[in-house]
This record gives sequence, structure tokens and C-alpha cells, in this order.
Amino acid sequence: MFDTLTGRLGSIIDRLKGRGALTEADVKAALREVRIALLEADVALPVVKDFIAQVQEKAIGQEVLHSISAGQLVVKIVHDALVEFLGQEVVDIELKASPPVVIMMVGLQGSGKTSMTAKLGNYLAKKQKQKVLLASLDIYRPAAREQLRTLGQQCHIETLPILAEEKPLAIAERALQMARLEGYDVLILDTAGRLHIDQDLMNEVVAVRNLAKPTETILVADAMTGQDAVVIAKEFNEKVGITSIALSRIDGDARGGAALSMRAVTGKPLKLLGTGEKPDQLELFHPDRIATRILGMGDVVSLVEKAMESVDQAEAEKLALQMQKGAFTFEAMESQLLQMNKMGGISSLMGMIPGINKFQDKITQAGVNDSFIQRQIAMIRSMTKQERKDARLINGSRKKRIAMGSGTSVQDVNKLLKQHRDMSDMMKRMQKLGKKGFLRQGLQGLMPHR
Amino acid sequence: MTTWFKRLKEGLKKTSSRLSEGITTLITHRKLDDEMLEELEELLISSDLGVATARDLVQKLAKKRYNQNITPEEVREIFAEEIEILLNPCALPLTPKGASKPFVVLVLGVNGAGKTTTIGKLAKQWKDQGYQLSLVAGDTFRAAATEQLEIWAKRANVPLEVAPTKDAAGLVYDALQKAQTRGDDIVMIDTAGRLHNKTLLMEELKKIRRVIQKIDPTAPQATLLVLDATTGQNALTQVKVFQEAVDVSGLIVTKLDGTAKGGVLVAIAQQTGLPIHAIGVGEAIEDLHTFSAKDFAKNLMER
Repeated sequence: MFDTLTGRLGSIIDRLKGRGALTEADVKAALREVRIALLEADVALPVVKDFIAQVQEKAIGQEVLHSISAGQLVVKIVHDALVEFLGQEVVDIELKASPPVVIMMVGLQGSGKTSMTAKLGNYLAKKQKQKVLLASLDIYRPAAREQLRTLGQQCHIETLPILAEEKPLAIAERALQMARLEGYDVLILDTAGRLHIDQDLMNEVVAVRNLAKPTETILVADAMTGQDAVVIAKEFNEKVGITSIALSRIDGDARGGAALSMRAVTGKPLKLLGTGEKPDQLELFHPDRIATRILGMGDVVSLVEKAMESVDQAEAEKLALQMQKGAFTFEAMESQLLQMNKMGGISSLMGMIPGINKFQDKITQAGVNDSFIQRQIAMIRSMTKQERKDARLINGSRKKRIAMGSGTSVQDVNKLLKQHRDMSDMMKRMQKLGKKGFLRQGLQGLMPHR
Repeated sequence: MTTWFKRLKEGLKKTSSRLSEGITTLITHRKLDDEMLEELEELLISSDLGVATARDLVQKLAKKRYNQNITPEEVREIFAEEIEILLNPCALPLTPKGASKPFVVLVLGVNGAGKTTTIGKLAKQWKDQGYQLSLVAGDTFRAAATEQLEIWAKRANVPLEVAPTKDAAGLVYDALQKAQTRGDDIVMIDTAGRLHNKTLLMEELKKIRRVIQKIDPTAPQATLLVLDATTGQNALTQVKVFQEAVDVSGLIVTKLDGTAKGGVLVAIAQQTGLPIHAIGVGEAIEDLHTFSAKDFAKNLMER
């Protein structure tokens, strides 16, 4: 699925290559694919619609930077909007209350509450140096309380002793008492899994909330959750009132669109990510990571970022000026090669372009790799100033000298000369398209023998 | 049968009404044009059917009625029909009878899908039907997983084999030998929940399967993948990866009593054709039912 999606976006990106500002038509075409990408990542439909409308507004009219395509820019805009949507900052668990600070975990059956409870306890005890008590109120699922006890033992965290035949409200009360009497900083209540439409069980958890007055009520949801995430989050938020969201099983390969849906529908921050089955496999939520994952196009995003960082505006303009005069010198070529290296070399550039995989073999066959670029730079540096300005000067003996000086062969020098010729020819043609057109084609023009 | 139909319907009601309400608002004697088709496609996607399957269904509708006037009822009917046609070949109940004894059932799935609960329910059903069966607590990893299955075994009144160590494959070997000696009709093996993208855990699963085949080369007679109905498009990947690793023979879909529709099932049926044996609609021991394509499709589309 992922491959076809990347491929699809790749083809859109190709079509959008080489234009000025983003037009409405460009944006719409790219966003249609993004919309499907989001739906396939399980972002709920109403959320997708809202989101796309917002992005469309932002994207139309944006100037396309040189060395990236319009499609790539759209992906980057979408990514940034996703990050913004998900909440830009890392928010830690709220502990500002008089101890014992109560944290209540709620969610559907099998969403990973008990594991998350133990992980959170472990995190607060080890990283925040809190004295933590865990208590399970799950009297329904067989052996649920034993599970929490075992997990507590594994990470040396106290759990409330289990009494048979005790109702959840009574357990909560006993836990509060123990936490107060024995001076615990934090009490984490693990509740039974419940369906948001099960009125009796929802009433029960509300009663527990009213008694324990939790500082944090965390909705634990599976990263694999589908379109129903909206309903689940909305119902839990309306009926119980959640303060934050934890996403479990982020170590699977689900794209985790549920995160976006839940955030959008509740407005509550995502705080925790479960990243494995062990108690220490917990991370604070990073919007960037999830945005990248939902979109499935992180590579394009980092490509655009790198391009923005490393392409030197002044350098590019100087080059463009030379071009306009109709002279493509070896100096200009060198500066292009150097910029390419700055962006992480050809292999990293190639790896970042969606849909390039199918050409990987051909590229390798052609001997295009990072050391190839390095050799070309070395050859240019072995030329005299005159040679760099005028390629026609380079005859047989000069070629030999250049090869010796750069540790390459005469054949390599010939290849370089041919490539330089090809590029100059292309530059002349590009001139007719004007400055902008050239700048966007610059990198592509470096590809030999296409 | 009426009771489970009602339960399923109740469970599906909220969602199906969302979907069918959507259809109603969309169409009030309108012509079936491109715009409407696109909106219908989106509605299907919002029931987890996935982009490809939604497109497929909408195209089928377009083929029948493009540019004609159409009522919401007709749209629902046509969708329900098409979904039923898709699901029908997959609606196959599991009969635990094979050429050799015992009939070995290996149960797998990602964490929290409902494997242990499903085993408890199945054990009870088969026990009531007069089969002699035993359970194997193959989840040696998760805390208190064995205790959980123990309680289910007691409820169903069937024996449970428990591992003295963390070695699941060793336990399975011993348990199967014992079952053979006893002459059990059925052995059900629980496994630890595992995410399908964890290579090592998938290798462990393959090992368990190899060990089973040492005792009976034709076993396991059933390899059941348990899927959570709340799961979105990732369920497709789950099915494919588990199928490739250990040759899944059928599916059980759990938690259909919530508001999630399990719409991804339609996509799974379309792409894999795997049998869907049963659905779980609650936490009680009797809340496991045979899967019916007609009821599932009807309920998904009905008001």
C-alpha cells in the first residue's frame, strides 16, 4: 500500500515540476492524493475534509523554491500543517496538584491500558523521581488485576493489594486512602476496558472520576484504530472528560491516523506513545514523528527542508547570471556539484525522492554515486583557471595532466567533458525559459546520459 | 439465532445509522452523478472499507444506475447486495472435525485483539457440543495471561496445559502429546499477542507451527487470526503478513458490539478470500456467533 501511495504522489510531483507559484489547480491535484493518503492512514473523513480545506488555503500562491518541485512543496506544507494540527509542543504529564496526584486511564477493551499504566508508572518513578502507586479497578476481565500486579513487580512499583469481591468504586477509595496515608506522590488508576456506548460502565467510570478527581484522565487508544476513533474519543471526552491521549502500539506498522482524528475531535493533547511491550518502552509524544508517519512521505519533507537549508541563494543567483551570459564554466559546474554534496550527496538525494526506486538499478549501473561526484570535483580542481573558463583549451596532454592531478583516468576526464558539453547545451536551451526555469532544472541537468 | 442477530444489530446500529443517515442526507431523489458518487465513496471509506473497496462498490453502483434517479433505499440495497456477494464465499463456520485427532486450533493475533477471550468462548461452545477438548496457555509472555485463560478454562470446564517455563514451543509439544494420549478431539493453543512487523516474534510463531507439525504433519487443522473490529486499514496488512508466515486458515472478528463496523472485513474478503468463521459481540461466554454475510451486510447498511 505504502509503495503505491508513494508512487502515486511521485507521479503527481513529476507533473507539477517546474512552475512558479503554486496555482489552485496544482494544489488541488496534489491534495487529492494527500486526501487518499490520509484516509488510508485511517484519519477520519470529517477530519480529513477540514484539514484539506485548511491546507488548500495556505498552499495556493506559495512561491516554489528552486531545486524542489511544486508537488514536493505541497507535501511539505501538508506536513507542517499536520504538525500544527497535532500540537507543536511536547507536553509532559501534568503533576501540578497536591499529592497524591491522581491519573486515571480509560479506553476500549484491548487498547493497552494496563501496559500503559505500568509504563507511565515506571516513567514517573524513574525519570521524574515520583513515589508511584498503581491500582487496577478492572474486576471484569479475568486476571486483569494480577496482570498489573505482575507488571508493577517487574519495574519495582507498588500496586494496591488485590481484594476479591470488591467493586471498582471501593477499590478507588481504598487506593486513595493508601496513597494518602503512605505518602505517595502519584496514584495511577487503571480502569476496565469499556465500550463508549455501554451506559452502565460509563456511569461507573464517571463515579470513579467524581470520587478520585484525577488531575489527568488519559484516553488510551490503539494506533491501529480505524475511522471509529472519532466516535470513541468524542464519547469518552463528553462522558468522562479526558485531559490527554496516549497512543499504544506505535511500534506496529499502522500509520496512526487515529491520532489526528482524536486530537481534532477533542482538542486534547497527545502525550504518550507506547513503543513496545517492555515497561520502559514509552516515549513522550512528538508531533513531528507522527505527522511524518501519517503522511508516509517523511523523506520528501526532509528533502525540502535540506534544500531550504543548504542551497545558497547568492550562489544560485551568481550562477544564474553567468547562465544568462551564455557561459557555463567548470566553476559553475563545480558549485553545483558542491551544493549537491551539501544536501547529503547523490545517494541520499536519490533515496529521498519517491518513486525513484525503480530507477535505482540503472543509476547504480551508470556508476552514479557519491564518489563519482567527488571525482568530478577533483578533476575540475585539477584544471587551470583558463581551462575552467574555456573547455576548448583542454587537449590530449592537458587531459593527461588533469587525470594525473585528480587521480582519475583520461576516460574519466572525457566523460566529464562530455557531460559539461551536454549541460552547456541544455543551459542554452534553458535560457529561453528564463532564470526561474533554469534554477528548477539545475539538479536534474547534472544527471549524465539520460 | 434471533438473539445474536439482535445483538449484532444493536451493536452495529449506531454506526450503520451513521452510514445510512449519510446516504439519506445525500440522496433525496437525486440523479446519480459524479459528485454524488464521490460523496458515496467517502461515506463508505468512513466505514473503514478502504479506498480501493469503496471505489469498487461505487463503480458497481454507477454501472447499474448512472445518471438515473435513485432513492437512498435503493443505494443501501445495492451496496448491501454487493457486500453480501463479496462476503458470501467467506462465511464458513468452523467445524472442528478432521481426518486425524486431535483437531489442533492455533489462535493468533496482535496484542489486545481478543485471542484469549475468543478461545474461552469457543471452548465453551465446543464443550457444550460434546467434544473432548483441552486448552494450551501458549502466551508465556504477557503478565497474567495464563491466569486469564485459567479462568476461562474453569468457566468452560475444560483442562488447561500451563508451561513451567517461558518456552511456548516446548509447552505446545508436551501438551499435544498429552492430548493425543488422552484422545482429545480438539486442542486449542493460545499464543502471545504480537505485532506482525516484529520479525523475531513472527519467527517464534513459525517455530510453534513447526513443533506442532512434528507431532502431526497435517496440523494445525485450523490457524485462526483474531481481528479487532475497531482496527482500520492496518488489518489488511495484519492478515497478509500472518498469512504469509503461518498460513492463516480463517478469521474471527471481535468487538463488533461497539460502534466500529469492521468495514475493513469487506476489503479483506475481497483481497484474500479467507473464511470468516465467527464474530464476537460481547464479553460474556456466549457472545460468539457464526458469521453471516447477509446479516453483516444488511446491518451495515440498514437504518
